Amino acid sequence: MRAIFTVFGKEFRENLRDRRTLFSALVFGPLFSPLLFAVALALMIQRGDTQNDKPLQLAVSHTERAPNLISKLVEYGITVQPVTYDDDDARKAVQERRHKLVLMIPDSYGEQFTSARPAPLALYSDSSERFVERDVQRTKGILAAYSSNIARLRMMARGLDPMVLAPVAVHDVDVSTPASRSVLALGTMSTIILLTLLMGGLYLAIDATAGERERGSLESLLTVPVRREHLIYGKILAACAYMALSLALSVTALAFLLRFVGLESFGMSVNFGPLTALKVILVTLPLVPLGASLMTIVAAYTRSYREAQTYLGLVLLVPTLPLVFAAALGLQPTLGLMAIPSLGQHFLITSLLKDEAIPLIHVALSVGVTLGLGLALAAVAGRLYHREALLG
Amino acid sequence: MIEASNLSKRFGAVTAVRDVSLRAADGRITGLLGPNGAGKSTTLRILYTVLAPDSGDALIDGTSVVRSPLEARRSIGVLPHSAGVYPHLSARENILYYGALHGLARADREARADELIELLEMQDFAKRPARKLSQGQKMKTALARALIHRPRNVLLDEPTNGLDVMAVRGLRNLLLKLRDEGHCVLFSSHVMQEVAALCDDIVVISHGVVAAAGTPDAIRERTGQSNLEEAFVQLIGTGEGLQ
Repeated sequence: MRAIFTVFGKEFRENLRDRRTLFSALVFGPLFSPLLFAVALALMIQRGDTQNDKPLQLAVSHTERAPNLISKLVEYGITVQPVTYDDDDARKAVQERRHKLVLMIPDSYGEQFTSARPAPLALYSDSSERFVERDVQRTKGILAAYSSNIARLRMMARGLDPMVLAPVAVHDVDVSTPASRSVLALGTMSTIILLTLLMGGLYLAIDATAGERERGSLESLLTVPVRREHLIYGKILAACAYMALSLALSVTALAFLLRFVGLESFGMSVNFGPLTALKVILVTLPLVPLGASLMTIVAAYTRSYREAQTYLGLVLLVPTLPLVFAAALGLQPTLGLMAIPSLGQHFLITSLLKDEAIPLIHVALSVGVTLGLGLALAAVAGRLYHREALLG
Repeated sequence: MIEASNLSKRFGAVTAVRDVSLRAADGRITGLLGPNGAGKSTTLRILYTVLAPDSGDALIDGTSVVRSPLEARRSIGVLPHSAGVYPHLSARENILYYGALHGLARADREARADELIELLEMQDFAKRPARKLSQGQKMKTALARALIHRPRNVLLDEPTNGLDVMAVRGLRNLLLKLRDEGHCVLFSSHVMQEVAALCDDIVVISHGVVAAAGTPDAIRERTGQSNLEEAFVQLIGTGEGLQ
């Protein structure tokens, strides 16, 4: 049993001296990815802010055909840019991004309007352009308000009650909380946490198995009076140590960086203090032995360092799959889903950050199943080391 | 002392060794001579417990490699064919790691490591990271680590491969020293001169079976050849694969 710690100590120390391992395990993953995330988030928030503050720019072709409408638009805070386009010009102007929106007032507008028939208007926009949808909605809303106003006046002029035009009245009630509106950001955050966790042990898992064989030091190692499974447990333990370090670093980095991002204006409550960070680390920790054993098993089956790198790159994707499915299907935390490793952790992390109450049974199940699976896989890795084909 | 009886090992359709029996005594150097692919490495791998034989058994100082491999490993020191070292550890740390794996107390393994560093004349590079060592220096490191636990029996698979003349001389002197201290030394080689110059006993192996065994004199006598080289050629049927 003491040999497990001898192997652990040696692998831990040796990898501490390997700059590539150290960089990928403790710098690149845990520090760069949260930083990248925080910067992206900050940019998004900034962009969103400026979008809301800016007055809506609307190019209107032939303003002289509908002076009443124009004064209404100005009243609603729209900056009207008078232009003189025909249909083709308008289309081109939007396509070439000279204007986001062009409102075309056709020649027939005045005549149709005065004869109380539907007066045509055309609104040109490019829906593939980011953030344009909001402007379109706003313009349409103002036009609809103007339209129903006119309708009411006309009905009153004809002695009718305008209320007959509104058989139902719908009230929009949005019950989302600031935190629940940030599902995407939260999902990204738990993905970052899970990925950096795995990356922390990636090179050590490769080095301890495929690397050891490729260097030719494996055969000597197998001649020492230590049970083979103890050798591999020591290696898995060393990978676990790096993964746990990587996890702690990345969560700390996220918690720290998000303070500077201004989450409130993004509609997300900052519930990422030291205590939450600690809880996030604790609920994610059970995933460490599972990831380390899985990577060790995959690397032990490969014939070379390079091959191991390729396969482990794919293994990195495994824990993100349940998250993708959960997002696509809109899954909510249930007891059954808690038993799925990585998905359970994702739900727990998300709930912690949303400051939601978490049933204790959810935590217990997620921790229990993930740890159990991790230990089972470690045992499988131990058995794998008894194969003679291991020598290659 | 190493006593192998009727070892057989197959890899798929290929029979690597068949009914190999041999004996390597204490205080003697035994050479396992044969062309490449004759089954030398497989035999050694069975003896140092990395492979399990399909049938047969071997005793290391009376301990069965099949029934108690862990126990058998305590009394063997092994230099495998590919004896890689850990690049980010120093030569000395490489040696100490094996001392710890053999369960030696810290003070004991440090004293023993220093003793080996002196014996193998490794003082100049003992503290250097192993990735910066030459081939000969790496071999010395691997050899020292194989001897850290003072094994009674020493097994070496083609130890002179890739070494320069000086390193080969150093290795030869070490093996002689180990023999004079009463160790059982068993090494494999396909270099006839090397075996002839060094060995007290020779086991000739070819196509997975033992073709002859005994002292060089006994082998010469048995084949009726006065020249050892001619004797080997007669035993193996061809000189191909030998040097």
